[in-house]
Amino acid sequence: MKAIRIFGRSIRDAFKSVIRNFSLSMASILCVTITLIIMSVAIIVACNIKEATKTIEDEMHIVVYMKGEATDEDKDNLEAEIKNTKNVREIEYVSKESQKQAMEEYDELFKTLLDYLDVNPLLSSFIVYVDKIEDMSKTADSLKGLPNVETVKYGEQTVEEVVNVFDVVEKVTIGIVIAMLLVTIFLIGNTIKLTIFSRRSEIEIMRLVGASNTAIKLPFIFEGLIIGIIGSIIPVCITIYGYVILNNAMNGHIFTELLKLIKPYNFVFYVSGVLVIIGALVGMLSSGHSVRRYLKI
Amino acid sequence: MKFIEFKDVTKTYSNGITACADVSVAINKGEFVFVIGLTASGKSTFVKMLYREEKPTKGTVMVGGVNVGALKNRKVFKFRRKVGVVFQDFKLLPQLTAYENVAYALECVGMKDKDIRPKVLNALERVGLKDKVRSFPDELSGGEQQRVCIARAIVNSPKLLICDEPTGNLDPKTSKEIMEVISSINKDLGTTVIMATHDREIVDRMKKRVLVINNGMLVGDYEKGSYKSSESN
Repeated sequence: MKAIRIFGRSIRDAFKSVIRNFSLSMASILCVTITLIIMSVAIIVACNIKEATKTIEDEMHIVVYMKGEATDEDKDNLEAEIKNTKNVREIEYVSKESQKQAMEEYDELFKTLLDYLDVNPLLSSFIVYVDKIEDMSKTADSLKGLPNVETVKYGEQTVEEVVNVFDVVEKVTIGIVIAMLLVTIFLIGNTIKLTIFSRRSEIEIMRLVGASNTAIKLPFIFEGLIIGIIGSIIPVCITIYGYVILNNAMNGHIFTELLKLIKPYNFVFYVSGVLVIIGALVGMLSSGHSVRRYLKI
Repeated sequence: MKFIEFKDVTKTYSNGITACADVSVAINKGEFVFVIGLTASGKSTFVKMLYREEKPTKGTVMVGGVNVGALKNRKVFKFRRKVGVVFQDFKLLPQLTAYENVAYALECVGMKDKDIRPKVLNALERVGLKDKVRSFPDELSGGEQQRVCIARAIVNSPKLLICDEPTGNLDPKTSKEIMEVISSINKDLGTTVIMATHDREIVDRMKKRVLVINNGMLVGDYEKGSYKSSESN
């Protein structure tokens, strides 16, 4: 019972203290707000880069052209063999008829040319998607060795370059997010440390009238929690509204159709959740940590 | 009956200054004792060792059967609940009203709200502040703040009330009023009072037991009423 009463009073005292120390609370809240806004931008950019690289990687594929004389049976066999090849995620069959149709629709010139010929000169093909883009060339090599395969095409040079570039981009964005997180923790922690420094005499008084260390620490920890949560309100609003508005204004993609933005819903809520958690945790931990310094333990 | 006992107590600070040298003294339950001396004579250290703000370097300080010097830091708060302390600079929590300041001493013990209320009002009434319960410390005069501090010190009905120059920041008239409050607590509640001061006038008027400390040594122990400031100089 005693413990519950002390716990309850700590929450009450925390609210009281946030309100009565308004200017100090405001300083900490603003600091949380500003750092979390920057954090939010960093997270959103990083996630979008990750998503964009993933989409591009997903769309890269190998085209396997089947020999013209292959029968339907050969086609089924080849299909089974490709499916069994390592690293193959998905295959799609494109017959030479549908290929022809697609080309005719694409350009009038092709239509006249193809009509001129009696037989369809095109080859049927399989479009092969892979699991690991890094191993694409290896997979293409093993596909070349299969029976009834005329040629195997994929953007050899481009694939390797894309893989390398994306690797660097990913590492840089992760680095930026981690750096931002550290800056956030440092700034919020320091501001809270300063506000508690200015109130260290209060801690001493509490000790003198017989408050246990826990009873002294709890209200400060709850205060940190409250400041963290209040401070994250504006960043959360900016994240949700800002991202939705941005998404609508850009029609869901940046520059080209290829670079799609992540769909706003659910994504903005995840980011908001992360922001609130960062605010609350950093607030609580740095408060608790700073008070510890003035308690003689 | 010995309530407080100093046995060969020496306190040397880390900077090498010895503020208390080989002091032995016993104080009985219900006594009112002044501790006097010049500034930096060591009387503050003497008093601080009573509520374990300072630890003796050598010797033992016993308060109500507790060896205060041997208390571990994390156990000190339990001992502090049994003694009331009044400070020269009041040490009130600035963000709390007079009522909340007094109530805090009981709240942090985990007492029920309905038990706290009558005790706090009772303590504030005893020090004559019943009509200022809602005022914040900076809205109160020095004398009133000191009354709140006394109320907070006695609200837990301690057996010992320690006053470290309680009138140091107050004018003579207010000092007199504060002394009346402290003296009535000693008389009515039987609380042992130990008071460090350098206000000679108060000491002469009150005619209580007086301990004189000089350079960290106990140089005089005058029984009730036998001390005269003019004689010792």
